[in-house]
Amino acid sequence: MTDSGPRIGIIVFPGSNCDQDCYHAVSTVLEASAEFIWHKTSVLPPLDAVLIPGGFSYGDYLRTGAIARFSPVMEAVTSFAAEGGFVLGICNGFQILLEAGLLPGAMLRNTSLSFVCRDVHVRVESNATPFTARCAPGQVLKLPVAHAEGNYYTDPNTLATLISTKRIVFRYCTPDGDVMQDACPNGSIDNIAGITNAAGNVLGMMPHPERCAEAILGNEDGKLILLSLLDALKSRPNVTAG
Amino acid sequence: MTHPLMTKELIAQHGLTEEEYQKIIAILAREPNLTELGMFSVMWSEHCSYKSSRAFLKRLPTEGPQVVHGPGENAGVIDIGDGLVAVFKMESHNHPSFIEPYQGAATGVGGILRDVFTMGARPIALLNALRFGPLDRPKNRYLFRGVVSGIAGYGNCVGVPTVGGEVCFNEIYNKNPLVNVFCLGIARRDKIFLGRAVGEGNPVLYIGAKTGRDGIHGATMASDSFEEGEESKRPTVQVGDPFTEKLLIEACLELMDKDLLIGIQDMGAAGLTSSSCEMASRGDSGIELELASVPRREPGMTPYELLLSESQERMLLVAKPGREGDVLDICKKWDLAAAVVGRVTADGMLRVKDQGVTVAEVPARALADDAPKYERPAAAPPYQDHLQSLQLEVIAEPKDCNTVLETLLTSPTIAHKGWIFEQYDHMVQTNTLVRPGADAAVLRLKGTDKALAVTTDCNSLYCVLNPYIGAASAVAEAARNLVCVGARPLALTDCLNFGNPERPDIMWQFVLAVEGIADACRALEIPVVSGNVSFYNETGGLSIYPTPGIGMVGILEHADRSVTPGFKGEGDQILLIGETGEDLGGTEYLRCVHSREQGTPPVLNLERERAVQRLLLAAVDRGLVRSAHDCSEGGLAVAVAESCLSSEPACGARIVLKQKRLRRDSLLFGESQSRIVVSVKSTDLRAFEKLGREAAVPMEQIGAVGGAHLVMAICDERGTTTTWIDRPCQALAEGWRSALANLMASTPSAEGRDA
Repeated sequence: MTDSGPRIGIIVFPGSNCDQDCYHAVSTVLEASAEFIWHKTSVLPPLDAVLIPGGFSYGDYLRTGAIARFSPVMEAVTSFAAEGGFVLGICNGFQILLEAGLLPGAMLRNTSLSFVCRDVHVRVESNATPFTARCAPGQVLKLPVAHAEGNYYTDPNTLATLISTKRIVFRYCTPDGDVMQDACPNGSIDNIAGITNAAGNVLGMMPHPERCAEAILGNEDGKLILLSLLDALKSRPNVTAG
Repeated sequence: MTHPLMTKELIAQHGLTEEEYQKIIAILAREPNLTELGMFSVMWSEHCSYKSSRAFLKRLPTEGPQVVHGPGENAGVIDIGDGLVAVFKMESHNHPSFIEPYQGAATGVGGILRDVFTMGARPIALLNALRFGPLDRPKNRYLFRGVVSGIAGYGNCVGVPTVGGEVCFNEIYNKNPLVNVFCLGIARRDKIFLGRAVGEGNPVLYIGAKTGRDGIHGATMASDSFEEGEESKRPTVQVGDPFTEKLLIEACLELMDKDLLIGIQDMGAAGLTSSSCEMASRGDSGIELELASVPRREPGMTPYELLLSESQERMLLVAKPGREGDVLDICKKWDLAAAVVGRVTADGMLRVKDQGVTVAEVPARALADDAPKYERPAAAPPYQDHLQSLQLEVIAEPKDCNTVLETLLTSPTIAHKGWIFEQYDHMVQTNTLVRPGADAAVLRLKGTDKALAVTTDCNSLYCVLNPYIGAASAVAEAARNLVCVGARPLALTDCLNFGNPERPDIMWQFVLAVEGIADACRALEIPVVSGNVSFYNETGGLSIYPTPGIGMVGILEHADRSVTPGFKGEGDQILLIGETGEDLGGTEYLRCVHSREQGTPPVLNLERERAVQRLLLAAVDRGLVRSAHDCSEGGLAVAVAESCLSSEPACGARIVLKQKRLRRDSLLFGESQSRIVVSVKSTDLRAFEKLGREAAVPMEQIGAVGGAHLVMAICDERGTTTTWIDRPCQALAEGWRSALANLMASTPSAEGRDA
């Protein structure tokens, strides 16, 4: 770990439960500098990227992410994103980004009405993002999902915009890369597994890259996403929200 | 408050006998008031006091060099090296889950988590052992679906992976399903916390959720048999809030990390009463409580209600002197209710005040430890002979073994359990190296080279046919499952589910089962470090099969050397370790195909078992084992099939078995114990066989991995080989993987609450 390297902040809400996993992935696997940011913080320390981890912030009460968006830290994250800072929301983090309006659309309950935890396949639809540059276009990644509300929905106009501006980054697919309804674990519109904002610096995704970033876990596909982010941070100047 | 007259009815309503009531009077040297009667009622209930089982549980071996804390604490603690300890326990939540499956199961998970983190351990894994009636009944589907979603709803939210367990379906559980939950946590050896109140004057604090009227007399309910119409007891089931539990975990671990605590205990069954009297009793102290300070959810609660409420997600702790402010600050950070509710005293009394007025005053030890102990009469039931009689001659050997295999693979007890475990987050914390579906789950220990393996096991059909053999086999199978993933068994926790102990036949089952566990533990050198007894699993006079569940923990010195059941590559050689006999009694084959639950269960030779397990561990150590899978329900044919179907994608195998004068169904579907199917590289075959000879363990090369079909043939004494099973693995895999989901495919709304 180097002090001069990129610094990645991991937001901790009450009920976050993948915060430690993200910390481990950033600090031990990427050997980058990670720090926890408590949700009551309204001013971020100097950071190069923000990670919003999975879990059940505020118990998912009311609606996933609906209460977390009102935490003081989300205002700071919003300004950080507006200044071009990289923000990655995973699972509950994606849901919070939707509720906070940093990404368009909403999450519905899975069509099965059950929590689903298993490996799925996603096709990398765009590698022109800071989060996927290490992937080949069309590359199929095996990543685990673990959610009850990952059924992404948006109105037809927004969907058309997401498609035309190439902001759909991951689509659920078969192991061979075919985007078919059967390959979708939750009923998401257009098999969407991850999208970016218009500026391309905020990514929300339902699968968990931090759960498959080490050889001992039998799968390192998630490391490509984390390493892409690290590459992007190293090649650009520091962004700090004040 | 006014004291109602202590009538016989009132005493009986509290589940106390006249004799027990007289003992209370002797202890107090006066009549108890209603509040005190309620406190004795819960603390002396079977559930809390183990009054019918304590005398027998003493027979279990509880010692070993690895044991740090055995039974008597909130959970067992064993040393796993690197300055770390594993903390674990299994507990039942049967009655609440029958009344209200979602909340009953969810609060079961919450309770077992608290038992583990109260010791200073971060929970790293949950498992569950479940029993239901058959899924063709709508009520059973309703119970099964509710229990699985309750476990998922709680475990997923708190961020502890649910990595395994077992489930079995049998008519006997129609009106008394079993929900046993297991939790494993990790702590530093020098940072273990105990439920002890010591140091006169030290502050006693309450933290967590506020107290309401829920769950009053839950422990008493759990100590009684069930009759029809038990849904009216729904108010005695607690409601869980996993979000508060998650905050409580983080807050408690932070309090412990900052060294603010002297003792801590969760408020489980019997709530504030049990936590305070047990902490005082263990610490040789007293505690004085002021109920006016207890955070509460609703107004007008009486001392009786406050003391007996089983509201969830609450802890009682004793802080270091002068540090109560720091404790309150940390609770505030985590948005948890917290208050100083009393202090430690030196007089050994649990003294409860309400706005300064004493409302109960009882010696803490009398409540916690002095419940009467019973050695209830035990006698073999008259039906036992009939159960054990099995004339194999009248059972026709199957002509179509393909159909038998498919029947077994799609029987819900054997079928793939994806429908269950995909609803559980089994990967959070990123330690899960071997996921659910294998013989045992394996979790790495970050910061070390090691990993822990965990499993739960029990074949309750074996146990009803012969409680001694059945219980010993549960221990042996749990250990074998750990060995199959490459782990050395370290210790176990038990969860003993039985019927009404006041019936001699049930006590007979219980006593024999405990002896079976004790003997297996001694032979395999695996101590019991924690446990739970659940009696009165009886509805309308019908008892469940004895179900002594075993939860076991083992260690892998090298996390990257874990073994899984799936075959790994074409051409690998398949071996059967152990020996097949004429063991059809109590098999899933007899039950599913011949509708018989009869016979004596397979004989267990503990010396052989130990040798088989040692051999496999030695082979794993030398890197010779490509896959390993234990033969259990469904026998050799199912074990080989599962190894085929567990590889991705499913692969075939060609097996030839020697007849050795055995029946065809015994060879294929019999359940002889101490057998493991392993695959090795062809080049390692000689080395493996040599190990087997040195260990004097019978072993046979039975075939090779390859092709797209599972083919099993038998070679008779004359050398004629006949193929009995030949099925494409793709088809077998589809049936096996979809069976449970198909059974559960009916819409939830069609699932009535009544059968």
